Amino acid sequence: MIQVEHMNKTFKVARRSAGFSNAVKALFHKETDTVHALSDISFHIGDGEMVGYIGPNGAGKSSTIKILSGILTPDSGTCQINGRIPWKDRKEHVKDIGVVFGQRTQLWWDVPVIDSFELLRDIYDIPRHQYLITLEELTQLLALEEIIKTPARQLSLGQRMRCEIAASLLHTPKILFLDEPTIGLDAVSKLAVRDFIRKLNRIHKTTVLLTTHDMQDIDALADRVLLIGKGRLLLDGTLSDLKSRCEPPCATLDEIVASLYREFHI
Amino acid sequence: MNLIRLYVNFFLMHLKSMMQHKVSFFMTLTGQFLISFNIFLGVYFMMTRFHQVKGFSYSEVLLCFSITLMAFTLAETIFRSLDTFETIIGNGEFDRILLRPINSLFLVLCSKIELTRFGRLLQAVVMLVYGVSSSSIVWTPLRCLLVVLMILGGICVFAAIYLIFACLCFFTLEGLEFMNVFTDGAREYGKYPIGIYGKNVLFICTYLVPFALFQYYPLLYLTGKSDNSWYLLLPLCCALFLIPAFLLWNLGLRHYQSTGS
Amino acid sequence: MKKYWSFFRIRFIRGLQYRTAALSGMVTQFVWGAMEILLFKAFYEASPESFPMTFEALSTYVWLQQAFLALYMVWFWESELFNSITTGDVAYELCRPVRLYHMWFVRGLAVRLSKAVLRCMPILIVSSFLPAPYGLTLPGDMTTWGITLLSMTLGLLLIVAFNMIVYMSAFYTVSSQGMKLVITSLAEFLGGAVIPIPFLPGQVRIIVELLPFASAQNVPFRIFGGDLAGPDLYSSLIKQVFWLLAFVLIGSFMEKRALKRIVIQGG
Repeated sequence: MIQVEHMNKTFKVARRSAGFSNAVKALFHKETDTVHALSDISFHIGDGEMVGYIGPNGAGKSSTIKILSGILTPDSGTCQINGRIPWKDRKEHVKDIGVVFGQRTQLWWDVPVIDSFELLRDIYDIPRHQYLITLEELTQLLALEEIIKTPARQLSLGQRMRCEIAASLLHTPKILFLDEPTIGLDAVSKLAVRDFIRKLNRIHKTTVLLTTHDMQDIDALADRVLLIGKGRLLLDGTLSDLKSRCEPPCATLDEIVASLYREFHI
Repeated sequence: MNLIRLYVNFFLMHLKSMMQHKVSFFMTLTGQFLISFNIFLGVYFMMTRFHQVKGFSYSEVLLCFSITLMAFTLAETIFRSLDTFETIIGNGEFDRILLRPINSLFLVLCSKIELTRFGRLLQAVVMLVYGVSSSSIVWTPLRCLLVVLMILGGICVFAAIYLIFACLCFFTLEGLEFMNVFTDGAREYGKYPIGIYGKNVLFICTYLVPFALFQYYPLLYLTGKSDNSWYLLLPLCCALFLIPAFLLWNLGLRHYQSTGS
Repeated sequence: MKKYWSFFRIRFIRGLQYRTAALSGMVTQFVWGAMEILLFKAFYEASPESFPMTFEALSTYVWLQQAFLALYMVWFWESELFNSITTGDVAYELCRPVRLYHMWFVRGLAVRLSKAVLRCMPILIVSSFLPAPYGLTLPGDMTTWGITLLSMTLGLLLIVAFNMIVYMSAFYTVSSQGMKLVITSLAEFLGGAVIPIPFLPGQVRIIVELLPFASAQNVPFRIFGGDLAGPDLYSSLIKQVFWLLAFVLIGSFMEKRALKRIVIQGG
């Protein structure tokens, strides 16, 4: 259960200016601009829901994910996940969540993937018995059998992403955050990833929050969509709500989203 | 106890990764050895020309050099991740670390264990052995213990400096090169007893950055130039330097979590 | 020629942008210079008659070394260049109508000069106001200034030419990382970066002075401080020219051979 109420977050961004005297001045006093990354965001996500979180670049998606995973503290507002405040109770909270960043890796580059997995087992202190069951299941669902003994640097992007997802799920988290999980993948890998996430949700009732620019991900995975732009929550509804917003029967989801961006001037 | 096992596992992973690039690993090892061998040659040629400096003989200088070098090398091996903390923050690895249910500083330390520094460590050991055997010092158990304490104290001081550097990275990533004065500078000039650089330097290295506490004063006792037994305790005081560094780390971490940059 | 000049300008201006780094570096170099002089002072007090040069000349050597660190330190490698060779990206460079050797040579010069320009003046000015014999002593006659400048130029070209040889060697060996470290530390010591060459014992000194690395910072800094004069000065200058030509020839030969191999193998 994720409950977010009236969450705000602003960042101060240093203003850079040219010239030597300015550089010296900047050593002592920095001029800053304030950026509203999130303003008054509220939403609830129930257990076992699959939610797509969409919006253009810089809309505040990754700030939200960071706050929900306890890395970042908001300026104001509340957030409770399974009864905990993520940033206050970070170490307990992160045991319950898995996070996949599509553009970063948590696997060790030069050693076989299975070694990375075993290190994660020790980090999360997963009981050996439970680890073996989870590993067995993930290996089967993600078809890792062939690649698990290969060093990560020798894997293709698709193979690596499958291992990446498995690595985030070894401690059987109740909630999974996926940050652009299909970025750069070929068609076959995309389908495999989507298929896996659906199965995971069906079997374990894992709550999934997914940010993506690929509308087919949303179409395939999300029952519900949150649209965010310029730090504000603009739309919270089902996929069919989203589609019905568009007056003429739009052909693709991409076009609907593009027209929504236009409508909200984001 | 669990953390120790985890550290060992990380250590083995680093070792495995290194062994994937054996040639490069051994070349870097050799290079590390040679770099500090340069400094040794400098000391050697200076000491053969001048025989003594401010009352310290060649073997006493070597003893001092090897203790400083060993403390620095061990500290660098263990705390290298803090020295390169800007990249850990820059490439998002620190965010990943915050997603783990374990102390973040511990995981930062685990993220890099600089095994290539063993080349330099080997040299420090050779010099220490030579310095110990060739000096005229009478080796009582107390004096042996003091050498160990000096090395441990040195590790604490360098660890604290690395930690402070890493904390500064939470606030800014620019212009931190001057911190090299305290790390590379201390390794470079710690080859001689700090007292030879004069009163002002000794004052700074006693009260501001406590290099002299593990190096100069205990050395005076070790070589019999002073029998002030308080000097025996000074290396232990170095550990106190870690306290402000830890406080600063927590402050920096809070800052990072509120700005995320 | 014009394309190399504009290439030089781009790199030079880019180098000037790292001002905070330069400020920070200046602080470091002040401390290092001061520590170095305090160290030699301790030795001087131990036995002044064993000192192979005047203390003024030594202080001058140390401050010049700190001020122009960026020009003569062998370890200023550009990892970008090594990477472009090991990853094969260097092939893109070959598409341009310029010679790789010349382009990288110019680049090395520009990077070093831009770093030095930002850092040298404050160090030179402050150190020349330090009380004798701890500060920078300026020579009286203009010829010394002129010869120093000439010799500094030769020394800088020599170091860049040496860097080029090492870059080119990356075409031939897989792991240049370790070799780089080995060569760097050797060159540093032989160039007088650890202790000035006059402090080496007699026989060692004779050999080291014949080797190429003694023709970099060692010559101009000692000329400026008045430690190198008379016939020794001229033979040192001739050695500088000789080693510079040799390094350039070796480097460009290595480049030609490496590129031929690349073309044949098709990358």
